Amino acid sequence: MAEERRPKQCTVVLPTESMKAMAESIGVGQLQEESCAALSEEVSYRIKEIAQDALKFMHHGKRCKLTTSDIDYALKLKNVEPLYGFQSQEFIPFRFASGGGRELHFYEEKEVDLSDIINTPLPRVPLDVSLKAPKEQQKTESTEPLKAVKPGQEEEGSTQKGQGATSAEAKGKKDGLMRMKPRSTHELSVEQQLYYKEITEACVGSCEAKRAEALQSIATDPGLYQMLPRFSTFISEGVRVNVVQNNLALLIYLMRMVKALMDNPTLYLEKYLHELIPAVVTCIVSKQLCLRPDVDNHWALRDFAARLMAQSCKTFSTTTNNIQSRITKTFTKVYNNCWLDDKTQWTTRYGCIAGLSELGPDVIKTLILPRLTVEGARIKAVSDGPVVSNIDKIGADHVQNLLLKHCASVIAKACPLPDNVEQYRADYGYLGPMLCSHVVKARAQAALQAQQVNRTTLTITQPRPTLTVSQSGIGGSGGSRTPSIIKVPSSLTLMSTRPGTPTQPSPPATKYIVMATSSGSSSTQQVITRTSSSVTSTVASATSTLQPLVKLESGGSRPLQKYIVVSLPSSSSLESKSGVLPPSSSTSPILLEARIKVDCSDSPGASTQSPH
Amino acid sequence: MAAVQDGQLNMEVEKDIKTEITNDGSGNINANSSSPGSTSSGGKSKSPAGSGEDQQTLLAVLQFLKRNKLTESVDILRREAGLSADADDSPVSDSAGAGSGGVPNVSADGGDANSLLSRVSIATPVAPPATAPPKATGSMASGGEDQPDVNVVLSAYSQQGDPVLYPLYYNGLKKFIESVLDCHRAELSQVFYPLFVHMYLELVYNNHENEAKQFFEKFSGDQECYYEEDLRILSSMSKKEHMKGNETMLDFRTSKFVLRISRDSYQLLKRHLQERQNNQIWNIIQEHLYIDIFDGMPRSKSQIDAMSGSLAGEGKRDANKAKVFYGLLKEPEIEVPLDDEDEEAENEEGKPKKKKPKKDSMGSKSKKQDPNAPQQTRIPLPELKDSDKLDKIMNMKEATKKIRLSPDNLPSICFYSFLNAYQGLTAVDFTDDSSLIAGGFADSTVRVWSVTPKKLRRVKSAADLSNIDKESDDVLERIMDEKTASESKILYGHSGPVYGISFSPDRNYLLSSSEDGTVRLWSLQTFTCLVGYKGHNYPVWDTQFSPYGYYFISGGHDRVARLWATDHYQPLRMFAGHLADITCTLFHPNSNYVATGSADRTIRLWDVLTGNCVRILTGHKGPIHSLAFSPNGKFMASGATDGRVLLWDVGHGLMVGELKGHSDTIYALKFSRDGEILASGSMDNTVKLWDTLKAFDDVELDDFTAATGHIHLPENSQELLLGTYMTKSTPVIHLHFTRRNLLLAAGAYNP
Repeated sequence: MAEERRPKQCTVVLPTESMKAMAESIGVGQLQEESCAALSEEVSYRIKEIAQDALKFMHHGKRCKLTTSDIDYALKLKNVEPLYGFQSQEFIPFRFASGGGRELHFYEEKEVDLSDIINTPLPRVPLDVSLKAPKEQQKTESTEPLKAVKPGQEEEGSTQKGQGATSAEAKGKKDGLMRMKPRSTHELSVEQQLYYKEITEACVGSCEAKRAEALQSIATDPGLYQMLPRFSTFISEGVRVNVVQNNLALLIYLMRMVKALMDNPTLYLEKYLHELIPAVVTCIVSKQLCLRPDVDNHWALRDFAARLMAQSCKTFSTTTNNIQSRITKTFTKVYNNCWLDDKTQWTTRYGCIAGLSELGPDVIKTLILPRLTVEGARIKAVSDGPVVSNIDKIGADHVQNLLLKHCASVIAKACPLPDNVEQYRADYGYLGPMLCSHVVKARAQAALQAQQVNRTTLTITQPRPTLTVSQSGIGGSGGSRTPSIIKVPSSLTLMSTRPGTPTQPSPPATKYIVMATSSGSSSTQQVITRTSSSVTSTVASATSTLQPLVKLESGGSRPLQKYIVVSLPSSSSLESKSGVLPPSSSTSPILLEARIKVDCSDSPGASTQSPH
Repeated sequence: MAAVQDGQLNMEVEKDIKTEITNDGSGNINANSSSPGSTSSGGKSKSPAGSGEDQQTLLAVLQFLKRNKLTESVDILRREAGLSADADDSPVSDSAGAGSGGVPNVSADGGDANSLLSRVSIATPVAPPATAPPKATGSMASGGEDQPDVNVVLSAYSQQGDPVLYPLYYNGLKKFIESVLDCHRAELSQVFYPLFVHMYLELVYNNHENEAKQFFEKFSGDQECYYEEDLRILSSMSKKEHMKGNETMLDFRTSKFVLRISRDSYQLLKRHLQERQNNQIWNIIQEHLYIDIFDGMPRSKSQIDAMSGSLAGEGKRDANKAKVFYGLLKEPEIEVPLDDEDEEAENEEGKPKKKKPKKDSMGSKSKKQDPNAPQQTRIPLPELKDSDKLDKIMNMKEATKKIRLSPDNLPSICFYSFLNAYQGLTAVDFTDDSSLIAGGFADSTVRVWSVTPKKLRRVKSAADLSNIDKESDDVLERIMDEKTASESKILYGHSGPVYGISFSPDRNYLLSSSEDGTVRLWSLQTFTCLVGYKGHNYPVWDTQFSPYGYYFISGGHDRVARLWATDHYQPLRMFAGHLADITCTLFHPNSNYVATGSADRTIRLWDVLTGNCVRILTGHKGPIHSLAFSPNGKFMASGATDGRVLLWDVGHGLMVGELKGHSDTIYALKFSRDGEILASGSMDNTVKLWDTLKAFDDVELDDFTAATGHIHLPENSQELLLGTYMTKSTPVIHLHFTRRNLLLAAGAYNP
């Protein structure tokens, strides 16, 4: 169309050499220079004229490409015989040659062997024109409205069209239409692809605020169904890779994604459990989940994943898929194996116990309690025996705490009073005395609970959870912090040390804080150390300054995320000051961003802890 | 002002003569009005053609015929028009008198410029028409009968000036215009382009090739960008020989470039030219320009830009003064209530209650005659058949289920894509009830698809038909041949690409227009061609059925739009006046008017009854490819290659809106069934929806703007844009609102 630009408009004229060349080609030699010039001008003018007319045909043909037929019609307008034989498939069929100081553009005419053409099989007949409307349209009455299209959103019809065309080309129209359905359901629109990319990047990225938003989106958006297969693949692949690389942080992020997916009421995960459950189970029982098992807190991940597992069992287990029983079997099998095998890692053992115990009191009763004696002996062997590796010690310690926590509440309910230490020892061996004291505490707690509505668990049901706990130990500074989404720093290293004395009646909580500040300081890393009681007190005093920040709000429209505040032993002064928190519990810097359903039966783990 | 009016009359005369020149007398409006089908009504309204202007026109035609010694035609025309022989003499002498000696002066053309100037200053309005017409007509006699003689047309260029001085003249004027006050500058700048064109042509004509080239190179850059296409054509013309047969050249010569300039600015220009004794320029202005002088404030640059861009300047103000009955015709009273209610009662219980009040309101509305509507019998319309009545009832029923559209409630869009069309889809149309789609293709075929489960069936052959029991109730069903049922049918018959396609409102016929110069009428009962209408000798770009059926309009490369009736093989009317190809045609909803869009970048509205051009709408900067009337007939929308949609008030002949947003040619425009939303589809693979209610509300029409036509366009086209919908790779070439306001779009997928 713009064959001439403005500045050149006047000047574009065929070179006189072309005239000469053309004259020679038809046998006229020795053309005068003047005639050449005259000819070229005339020819240029006519060509331009024809091109302008041809453009008209192009416009009316509703194309944006000028074709040879347009030129033919333009010639016809002028009563000129059209040029024959220029049906070229190529856009510009001219070839270029130079030599002898001349440059030539020519139309290559190959000699055609007729026998070749006759002998070659006929080319396939081009497909006939067909009309295609969005599918719904074809089925339903043609005048029914189809769909609401948002501005900017690509029309569904046109998205499908491309496939329609390509597949139709391959297989013909009918087949194309038949094949389209399964493909189109998996097709994501551009917007969806963008969304998926953003979400997955945010979920495993380093920015906690973004992650919180992304998880929120996953947990609440109603339209994610189409992306669900991709999310589930993303998670299972992600776990597979990161377990090998011992990338704890990423595993935590992925588990949080699973949690968010489960929380979304519009998603029906059942079809994707085959991908999700192995991933979750891996996170529970894997031998090693982090690079430094002695310092990194992979225990929290195991707990969290175990809870996820329990939740999915509760939600999805049916008589046909039998998830719960299959999962239970899996755990038991591993557990049994470690029973026999001393060399089983404490981590795996911990995972199994956690997984089983989250499944409910009945499971604990039937599967864990009978094993307590054996397990106690093993723990004893580690803690009292010759110095073994620190890792083992920590592991044993965790297993012990876990067992105590879970079993105590079950025993408290199952066994009759009074609690006799000796009896316990007889029944449960090494763990007996500790268990006894826990049971006593649990009973006390239960009694308290009867009087009070709120207990050790705080359920924060703000639509947007904004609970901030300042870093402990930096007293006084907490007041300046604004409530914000709880953050997990990317370099999360949650640590717990062993309790000062192994005989301490209240085992330290194994739940760890996911905490953060919104002040944006890079020092959001939180290390909780409980080495001595003096430290504990500072922790307590520090938390007391935080009091106003811990808000308890009820009446949120929907419980989005629940934070369990797991108590640490804290000073009584805190309790007295705290109007918000229930006296029996205590706040703590130790918050777990966990999402179990908080109810009486689930909470005893926390309630077993008591002020010293 | 009165004087201006006089001058205008003369212009009328002149224009008519010119149209004939372009038409090479092959057919003219008045002669054709006697053609069958419309004789009765045509004659009736013709006789009171007492309005001075009409008579004047007639007389001019008579005069012209006399000069050409076509005495027979003179007699016929006189009889037709009911003019006595002596009646025509006196007014003619009158008009000659009005010419005030201009005519004799002209023959001694190029003479004393001063005297010319002085005459102009005395009788300004008379001056413009002075030179050209007598010359053209005078030599017409000697020239060929069937081809406008280029030499004649060009002879006006014979005046010789010193070619070297042309750039100086032009530069001088340029300097002057740049130095005048801002308010006048924009107006006077309009002179540049026509002046440039004519000076260039003069140079070329007088064989000053090099000077012409230099002149072009020097000043072509100054011209407004929307003239680029024309400049390109102009630039290719560098020899006198080229001018022969060049259509664009003829356009420039045979029509005066119309400029609207305020009196103050005009005086300024005149004074300047007089002082400088700049005869060359003054001659051009007089001969080739028509300056429409108005009293009042000079227009602003944006106002001018909005209206300019056409091949021959703006439409004259007086061209849009005729009254247009844009109201809708009264819906015929159909005895719906009785059988309808019966039906309803049978079908459902709940519905009749709902429907009743609506029916009443509709009934009462249709009883009142719209003051802007034409008389019911202004043009004869076909009688309603039973099937039409049934269809109307269906239509009303569907209308009650119509979705009310608003900016918050946009229509759903369903896109029909043509696959494997290999860039060959050239036209699409839907039936009004959206049950059929027809496509015209570059391979000369027309294809019809059924988009409902009902398949397309052919009527049985004559032999089989005779065996059918004609008394049976389902005879209509029986005549169809089940064996031929298929989803689509192909119609063969054209010998060139099919550029226009249109269903008849009763879905029995289909029209197609093609490159081969014919319009064909197809039966959708037998799927055969019934008639080939020959008349256009060149490609027919578009054709369109009247909303009441029977009539149809076609327009093409020969610049003449023809009105046909399906049962006549010759046109009933020929609408001549466009200066370039007619690219699109459209009937007004009341069927009394026809709108044509053209490559000369104007839209004309023609009166079907009289054949007169009643509106010339300028403002587009590219060939117009789509037109749409609002359902109430009051407004019109047009889309062009420049990617802009312009909105027009048909009654006032004013531009009322400009919708920018598309980046390529707009091939489809459609108002929703209630007119709240305008949908536009373009080559740029988008459908856009516009809020037309707001667009029409925003326009304030006070008396002044209505009178002068100087409209301030609201600069808010982005606010009016309600949505943009992309297709993947499918240019949108047709849009259609179903009766329930679902938007259907169609186009060929471009892999």
